[in-house]
Amino acid sequence: MSEMATGGGAAAVAPSTETPSSTRPDTTGPGAPPAQDRRWFTSWTALTFLLPALILLLVIVVYPLLYTVWRSLYNSLGDSFIGLSNYKTMFTSDATLTAIKNNAIWVLIAPVVVTAIGLVFAVLLERVRWSTAFKLVVFMPMAISMLAAGIIFRLVYDADPGRGLLNAAVVGVHDVVKPSSHYPNARPRDPRLLAAAPGGGYQTTRTFGSGDTALIGLLAVQPQDIPSGAQKAAEPTPGQGISGTVWFDFTRGGGGTPNQIDPSEQGLPDIRVEAVQNGSVAATATTDDQGRFTLSGLSDGQYQLRLPASNFGAPFRGADWLGPTLATWSIISAYVWMWAGFAMVLIAAGLAAISREALEAARVDGATEWQVFRRVTVPLLSPVLLVVLVTLVINVLKIFDLVFVLAPPSSQDDATVLALEMWRASFGGANDQGLGSALAIFLFILVLPAMIFNIRRFRRDQG
Amino acid sequence: MTTATASAGQPTTGTAGGRDASGTPRRNLGSRIVTRLGSGVVQVVLVLIAIFWLVPTIGLLVSSLRSAADNADSGWWKVFTAPSQLTIGNYQRLLDDPTLVRSFWNTVLITVPATLLVVIVSALAAYAFAWLDFPGRDWLFIVVVALLVVPIQVALIPVAQLYGDIGLFGTIAGVVLFHVAFGLPFGIFLLRNFFVGIPRDLLEAARMDGAGEWRIFLRVILPLGLPAIASLGIFQFLWVWNDLLVALVFAGGSAKPLTVTLQEQTRAFSSNIDVLAAGAFLSLIVPLIVFFSFQRYFVQGVLAGSVK
Repeated sequence: MSEMATGGGAAAVAPSTETPSSTRPDTTGPGAPPAQDRRWFTSWTALTFLLPALILLLVIVVYPLLYTVWRSLYNSLGDSFIGLSNYKTMFTSDATLTAIKNNAIWVLIAPVVVTAIGLVFAVLLERVRWSTAFKLVVFMPMAISMLAAGIIFRLVYDADPGRGLLNAAVVGVHDVVKPSSHYPNARPRDPRLLAAAPGGGYQTTRTFGSGDTALIGLLAVQPQDIPSGAQKAAEPTPGQGISGTVWFDFTRGGGGTPNQIDPSEQGLPDIRVEAVQNGSVAATATTDDQGRFTLSGLSDGQYQLRLPASNFGAPFRGADWLGPTLATWSIISAYVWMWAGFAMVLIAAGLAAISREALEAARVDGATEWQVFRRVTVPLLSPVLLVVLVTLVINVLKIFDLVFVLAPPSSQDDATVLALEMWRASFGGANDQGLGSALAIFLFILVLPAMIFNIRRFRRDQG
Repeated sequence: MTTATASAGQPTTGTAGGRDASGTPRRNLGSRIVTRLGSGVVQVVLVLIAIFWLVPTIGLLVSSLRSAADNADSGWWKVFTAPSQLTIGNYQRLLDDPTLVRSFWNTVLITVPATLLVVIVSALAAYAFAWLDFPGRDWLFIVVVALLVVPIQVALIPVAQLYGDIGLFGTIAGVVLFHVAFGLPFGIFLLRNFFVGIPRDLLEAARMDGAGEWRIFLRVILPLGLPAIASLGIFQFLWVWNDLLVALVFAGGSAKPLTVTLQEQTRAFSSNIDVLAAGAFLSLIVPLIVFFSFQRYFVQGVLAGSVK
């Protein structure tokens, strides 16, 4: 019995796999009733079986659909006929245009990405023995609500790298790839030596020449900003070029001498130092773990030393994933997390139904795995891929919860979609059920091609 | 509709296993080593993907087990270096909060009747479509197929008005009826396609014995149709349990389910994170239990119900 449970499913997934019709019951009608009165009798019986469904469908689906068409031609109060005005508003107002644009992004991106990922997973799974466990893990998000998924991803996308997992990871990778030290609030110990430079940062008030040494003491360095590799500051070693030390001129517990390197004071590593002459940079150096630097290769002359603004900027903090510019993309990613399992399971079912001989024949002919995938697997799977894509397009067109929950109030105007605008217009405060009806009908028109696709597929399977 | 090999699509059956080994006996040693290495890489990649897929949910679970102060202060992964942060305080506060407990029960009170009613009403109609003769049957079934994809948005405004007129607005009954109506096209479609595959001989034999249509329905169709009915039941249960939009529109005041109550808290997300994380976990643990207990039927429902 169990394989029959998926009878409809098999047809939905792989309409081309037909079993001989002789083994099937005749689907076009029940056993021919012997007499006319018997026919009338079954018609009445059929009606009693159908009645609850018919009433519910008529009252809550079909009649409201027609009413909404009619309602979309009336104003917000519903008391005066305004023709297609609501539709005109829909295509001219900023809010709905943003929704239409975002829905277009959703429809163009999400189904294709979900299907592609599902296809890759399904194909890779053919090579491992624990595919069931993997399927359960990836499929699991489908069972949870978009509200729960929204809360899950609000945590992932939190902009603060101390709390949001994604930014913590991005900042971690960034700091490994491009290590940099930043001393956001640091300022000079001696304002007479070091003054604010034009364009940010600090530069020396006096000049230095080759063989000179410079002691550049800073204050107000936050302990957590000092890299773990930093060592005690060391005296500069005079030599070729200008040498010097940048250090934290502050002795914990007091007692240090200003503008002198005291024994317990920290060197500040990774600070960029520039030699500047007539406004142009002649040489640059970076301080070592003891805070020392040497500017070499300078021609004779006097130079000012500059610590550019980049030393004092805020550190890299990742991206504002749910901010106005990125929100739609971040929400689409969360959607991919939810639905990849759906595509994977349907495609895996389709893969299992593909004839092994076709694949083996191609392999025996010397085709590489990629060629087998590209030339045999994908074409044979195309009916399944089409069903998955169409299902996802319908689903994405109606997307509401995930955007509503995941986009914080400050970026909802930028991340909005049609279903969200429909809710906002009708129930969420705008109180314009005329526009809301027009948006609902627009959504309905957008799913019409899918409806026709369904009906044609159904009729073909029947025929 | 066919009875083809969809059972292979169930995660439980995992037929993919040893195909490479059995299918390629004539490969030379070199290409076998390459295949093995490739398979090792694939294993590692899949393990990484599986971890990647699990981490967000683990993050929610861990966050729900940390205090609001800890969550405001640092990321949930800090718990691995400071396990003492773990606490069930959030869940205790959740259970002490009458609004949240109430909305949890509302979710149950909406989901259970909506699931049962969809199964019953769909089964009745599906039997008529599959085995009873009446004028316009094929045409009417095409209408059901067409209704599969109708967005619920087209019904929200009129049904809200209708409910307002008859006193159902804001009630649990109103939410249930809406879910039942919009669950019917899928339910009828799924069950009819299954019922049609029940062998005609069984029905004819029952008719010969003098059984009426009701008796056939109860004694033959329902028992034999149980796998499909289970699929529909699971699917509808999850759909209703997880719904936000329908309840947001129709369930007011004391009828709000958990999803709506939690959604209202997301406006001040970071200050409510303790309640939200625990509440979200509470709201997803029930569907997950259902999913893991009946995943075979769930997957069947998904396979059959694509294009909804």
